[in-house]
Amino acid sequence: MTFIPTSPAETEAMLETVGVKSLDDLFDAVPKKHRFPKLNLPPALTEMEAAAHLSDMASSNENVRQDLVSFLGAGAYNHYVPSVVDHMLRRGEFYTAYTPYQPEISQGTLQAVFEFQSLMANLTGMDVSNASHYDGATATAEAVSLAYAQYRGKRKRIVMSPALHPQYRDVIDTYTQGMGVETVGDEETNLTLSPESLTSYIDENTMIVIVQYPDFLGRIFDYKKIIDEAHAKGALVCVVANPTALLMLKTPGDMGADIVVGEAQPFGIPIWYGGPYLGFFTTKKSYVHKMAGRLVGETMDVRGQRSYVLTLTAREQHIKRERATSNICTNQGLLALAASVYMSVLGKEGLSEVANLCYQKAHYAAKELSKLKGFKLFSSEPFFHEFTLQCPKPASEVNQYLLDHGILGGYDLGNDYPELKNHLLVAVTEMNSKEEIDALVEVLKEM
Amino acid sequence: MSTIIEPTIFELSSPGRRGVRMPASDVPLVDSLPQHLLRSELPLPEIAEVDVVRHYVKLSKLNYSVDEGFYPLGSCTMKYNPKINEDTCRYPGFLFTHPLQPIETVQGNLALMFELQEWLKEISGFAGVTLQPAAGAHGEYTGVLMMAAYHKLRGDTKRTKMLIPDAAHGTNPASVGMMGMQVVTIPSDSRGNVDLTELEKYCDDTVVGMMLTNPNTLGMFDENIEKVIEMVHKCGGLMYGDGANLNALLGIVRPGDLGFDVMHFNLHKTFSVPHGGGGPGCGPVGVSKTLLDFLPSPLVGIIEESEDDETAPFYGFVTPEHSIGRMKAFHGHFGGGMVRAYTYIAMHGPDGLKAISQYAVLNANYLQAKVRGHYKIPFDRICMHEFVAEGRFEGSDVRALDVSKRLMDYGFHPPTNYFPLIVPEALMIEPTETENKDTLDKFADALIKIAEEAKNQPELLHNAPSTTKFGRMDEVKAARELVLCCWLPENYEAMV
Repeated sequence: MTFIPTSPAETEAMLETVGVKSLDDLFDAVPKKHRFPKLNLPPALTEMEAAAHLSDMASSNENVRQDLVSFLGAGAYNHYVPSVVDHMLRRGEFYTAYTPYQPEISQGTLQAVFEFQSLMANLTGMDVSNASHYDGATATAEAVSLAYAQYRGKRKRIVMSPALHPQYRDVIDTYTQGMGVETVGDEETNLTLSPESLTSYIDENTMIVIVQYPDFLGRIFDYKKIIDEAHAKGALVCVVANPTALLMLKTPGDMGADIVVGEAQPFGIPIWYGGPYLGFFTTKKSYVHKMAGRLVGETMDVRGQRSYVLTLTAREQHIKRERATSNICTNQGLLALAASVYMSVLGKEGLSEVANLCYQKAHYAAKELSKLKGFKLFSSEPFFHEFTLQCPKPASEVNQYLLDHGILGGYDLGNDYPELKNHLLVAVTEMNSKEEIDALVEVLKEM
Repeated sequence: MSTIIEPTIFELSSPGRRGVRMPASDVPLVDSLPQHLLRSELPLPEIAEVDVVRHYVKLSKLNYSVDEGFYPLGSCTMKYNPKINEDTCRYPGFLFTHPLQPIETVQGNLALMFELQEWLKEISGFAGVTLQPAAGAHGEYTGVLMMAAYHKLRGDTKRTKMLIPDAAHGTNPASVGMMGMQVVTIPSDSRGNVDLTELEKYCDDTVVGMMLTNPNTLGMFDENIEKVIEMVHKCGGLMYGDGANLNALLGIVRPGDLGFDVMHFNLHKTFSVPHGGGGPGCGPVGVSKTLLDFLPSPLVGIIEESEDDETAPFYGFVTPEHSIGRMKAFHGHFGGGMVRAYTYIAMHGPDGLKAISQYAVLNANYLQAKVRGHYKIPFDRICMHEFVAEGRFEGSDVRALDVSKRLMDYGFHPPTNYFPLIVPEALMIEPTETENKDTLDKFADALIKIAEEAKNQPELLHNAPSTTKFGRMDEVKAARELVLCCWLPENYEAMV
């Protein structure tokens, strides 16, 4: 009865109004032989006991703030989150509200989402953004659905960079099982070629080309040529971008991208063992009717006040049912708020400082690490805050050695690319001090 | 020009203002990237911290929320979100663990996930549970993919049709549409059950399965549920349960025992994960033995059994033999979803869970009894956790939307409108178990008063809401003008 406010006397009165004798009598429609199963679950804990139990479980982990020094990224990044962000998120007015179906009493959520859409469009250099997706991987899969719908299922080819996050590629495979499409270009042998080599796969049957920026190995390429080539064949191009890198880098919008998606976890969301995170989805205005997800638009109320509503809802599942381009309903509303507060409270200058710190520290780490005997950078391409380090032995062994010294070394690229089993993907953010970077170098020197 | 109640974050910006500052770099400076790789400008707001706080606090005050009052939004289970969940999910051991850390460093997380899988199995009567799906609709798609994979592996390629009752959530047909399958709509009978005669017509060897919400969106427990499942199974189809309405069934009946093959849970409905103004949710999926090998990868499993009662087993990730693959990056909504739901279930135990459903159902029936005679209730029998009334009145042009907007004037969040589609002017009311009798009485009184107003003073409803900070919105203008973003003003730099 933990959160049930009804007293026994009130229960009796209510049962009488309903016209049944007991609570159990409400369930006569349930087949009798299956009614009221005995659940084998642990007995209820009080709040005090639950707090202690959960605290024990949490403490049995080794976390990257108190126990370990981390250089692990690969799609989830350890950044500083200004205090203001969680203070705003913990306001019950935001987190205990539903999707803003009733705009008169949901203007807080609606304006916050409108601002999120605006911030993301400005960041990516695109015209419009939706209200969010589950994560970067599913946002990328939804980009494929948009392209599929754009060509009414007539174009069947996806050209994908092998340096797109391996888990994102897996999710696209899962999502497209019913579409009868083919994915080409993502063979490991293409990993060391320039991204322009992907153009040879683009044909008149290609619906979409997907590249990552910076790519999974950390490399920064200007994708303008491949975008022009794709457009010449009528294909759309989706750029999967890291939002922190976009604070510094030329926007995919400037390169001519049709869709820019990504994972906005770095913007004010804890790494939280992988979720919930925040997929963002931005595109050109011409594709807005094919875009999945909620959209907030500006309007006016009957009193002449500027206000906001969910708009273009005819695209969505509750209206269009089986003809909707996506089934998405719940999204990541509260985390879109987190990203908005993060961007607002750091502001233009603070965000540039974050990006610059990441860039500077990653380059210092790369420089020092590549001085070590047997270690060198995999690529000479420019990078932002993550780079691929070739090691003198398997990355799994290097990581184990580092873990014994309290360091999470980086992502073992051999997990996904057998040829790269001696390679570590190293991420450095503003959270890594020079002291930590020097410690990493020292430990590896003695390996 | 419209009046501005609260400027946007872009309008609040002024050149040179600063919020939170970052430390100076502690490493020797390196050259920047080549100019052609850099962005030309970063057109983002510049605001002081205090102004950011005031902006979002003002916005928060424009929202109605469960923390403020009654939120009987049907099908959404807007129950109270316990505050302790907000603390447990932020313990540093959860907050600051990276999804790709070696498993030996995150045994606490994996133990929590494993136990939650086991608990959800026990609650639902299923053989396996994946925690990966991010929300209900994502769980549905996971289920549909597994159903398709099951038939495909058996070489049963003729099956292309999914049977879906007319009362179903829109996400059901949309999930099926994403798989390129065909939707066959099955009507409901006069008691709100699946029409068995109609169902019989479509049960053949082209059926992938059926997606059924039970209790359905009328709030009715299907009185022929075992017969429905038997018919679908008999023609070789699989039975999908939409778990959106599980709040009526905890400790009452286990969908797995009834014969369902697959069902998603909405941890953000049934297990008190807050809705967050639209998310994040968390949509685990349970399966019977039939679909166990098709679950998405990875799942949390025991890699090494514990040696004795004192030590914990060693947990890790496992991949089922015929897994449909990965549904999202990493392991699902761990922090915001799983930790909160785990906390909630741990605090309830078997009896507490049963009480949730008993009181969710009592509250719905109590409200139904109070408004009966004032509103038409098209399927009038003992309901489960919600019921549907018609928001229309003899000799009045008042519609369900008007009733809903008028409820705001009485200080309540409206019910769900115009759903399910089979009830004209539907008002779908779900009180949940966390409301007391006084609240339900006040809400019923308001509904009854509004029914009288609809007959005598309909303009009060047409003009509602009148006591809220905003009135009705021009939705046509929003769709026609399609202003989806704002930018810094054109002369921004000169604004100082």
